[in-house]
Amino acid sequence: MIERPALMPDDVVLTEGTSCDGVFFASPANYFAAVTALKADGFEQCLDVLGVDYLEYAERALPEGIAATRFEVVANFLSLSRVKRVRVRVQAGNEAPQVDSLFALYPSVEGAEREVFDMFGVLFDGHPDLTRILMPEDWEGHPLRKDYGTGRVPVQFKEGPGPR
Amino acid sequence: MTDQIRSVDRLDLLAAETTEGPQELRPREEISPDEIGREIGAVLRLQGLNLDPNAIDIENPDDERMIINMGPSHPSTHGVLRLMLELDGEYVMRTKTIIGYLHTGMEKTAETLSYVQGGTNVTRMDYLSPIGNETAYSLAVESLLGIAIPVRATWIRMMMNELNRIASHLVWMATNGMDVGSTSMMIYGLRERELILAFYEKTAGLRMNLNYVRPGGVAADLPDGWEDDIALLCDSIYERTFEYDQLLTGQPIFRERMIGVAPITAEEALALGLTGPLLRSTGVAWDLRRSMPYLAYDEVEFDVIVGTYGDNFDRYAIRLNEIRESIRIVRQCLEKMPAGDYRSQDPKVTPPPRARIGESMEALIHHFKLFTEGFHVPAGETYVGIESPRGEIGCYLVADGGAKPYRMHTRAPSFTNLQAVPLLLRGGTLSDTVTVISTVDPVMGEVDR
Repeated sequence: MIERPALMPDDVVLTEGTSCDGVFFASPANYFAAVTALKADGFEQCLDVLGVDYLEYAERALPEGIAATRFEVVANFLSLSRVKRVRVRVQAGNEAPQVDSLFALYPSVEGAEREVFDMFGVLFDGHPDLTRILMPEDWEGHPLRKDYGTGRVPVQFKEGPGPR
Repeated sequence: MTDQIRSVDRLDLLAAETTEGPQELRPREEISPDEIGREIGAVLRLQGLNLDPNAIDIENPDDERMIINMGPSHPSTHGVLRLMLELDGEYVMRTKTIIGYLHTGMEKTAETLSYVQGGTNVTRMDYLSPIGNETAYSLAVESLLGIAIPVRATWIRMMMNELNRIASHLVWMATNGMDVGSTSMMIYGLRERELILAFYEKTAGLRMNLNYVRPGGVAADLPDGWEDDIALLCDSIYERTFEYDQLLTGQPIFRERMIGVAPITAEEALALGLTGPLLRSTGVAWDLRRSMPYLAYDEVEFDVIVGTYGDNFDRYAIRLNEIRESIRIVRQCLEKMPAGDYRSQDPKVTPPPRARIGESMEALIHHFKLFTEGFHVPAGETYVGIESPRGEIGCYLVADGGAKPYRMHTRAPSFTNLQAVPLLLRGGTLSDTVTVISTVDPVMGEVDR
């Protein structure tokens, strides 16, 4: 587990995580400051930004003092110089999730944040081109939200009514 | 009614269904200088350069510029990548990559499949390196399960991963040869890859999309006589890499197309989140197999190949030499392959042997439960990243304690690497576009997922 970076805001909680050197829990208010601190601490790369919709799993384990919200944005960071890997989990909000974009710090998140916007409808404040990336521009809804149906093909059993 | 039918008379209806609207590259007149600056290369902002994008490119009057589409079904885009290029004569001024044409919602699908079935889903993402996807996924599941994997399974996984790297790089050599006009390389690359696919078929029963690496181990033990197959395969491919040298490396036409074309600096590569051969071509010796060893990579000897200039040729040379290094690793696997189980004997994740099912009720129940409901994974979240042929492939997994992942996300190296394309293409010619897409080596199945 890594030491807490010097510039890290006080209300960001650092815990141990599976297969990494630390998980930071942030809120939209201190997310950008937390990532700034990480960057100053030698994390050169932001590998990925992804979203999770905790609609059906709100009771997940979170450290004390972190209020669970429906949407979570997770950002993975890698330090090549220190050979460390951390991630930041942001409680992004319930109805209209919105967090700061990391584009000014890590241009690599351009596509990833667009994907999170496309799939979850999370708004990234400061992103230069927040358009859909995987879905067509006129698509309605955000497919990876838990309340977005998958659709299904009915299975026909022997006794069931036939197609005719 | 008839005026609503799409036809040549109603081009607007056609356009409405084929356009991506705001995702597309728009003419300079319509956008702000900031946006032009970003499309020219976002990382330029990092270097503190205060460029006026309108000032740099204008040598000719504006009417010389045009925006054209390349793709999504262009043979050199290796799938369904669509590029919108702003051309000034033959020179590329701005580029925008438009993706999503192969989006099949695999992350959503993963939420409806159990952990046992998940492997069949992830293996189809990066279809040129299925083993890499499966390994990342399996390691992520295992990190949450907390089960120990037998040593032999780890070594089999490592060997298969390296064979996969060879196969993937061979396809790359083949298609790259094709892109620069060397059709013979196309045939040779695929011929050698066939040796590996034949070995896959012998081991796993399938040539591609194997679902061979599974949570708990691998699907089947190596077949009888695998040592001979591997030795033969290593020898023949190793010899033939020197034939590629003769065919391509020293070839003046090939060198003209490669050397000095589309260079990228280490600073830009890091800022753009590039990994794999693209990052190493800039001189950054970052290879997860060496830096953060997983499987048993700390027990084998190999060199991390790095480049200097970050140009097309470096990316080519790195991949060619990585084939040789991978052969070195496979040969060590051949020597050191430990005996033992090829999968964990934990009855929770591994089905009982066929013979036991006929005689033991408990084994039958385990078998039935495993393939209907699947095993339960303790609640938690994890991210495991490994070195695929294209860079870091990662699997982020959220488990809620049930038999299906609550959320599965794949960090696809091609997705991120593709962001370098606008920067790499800028200022180059249209003909270089083809080689640049090729050396970035995106696999669209993984970009769009």
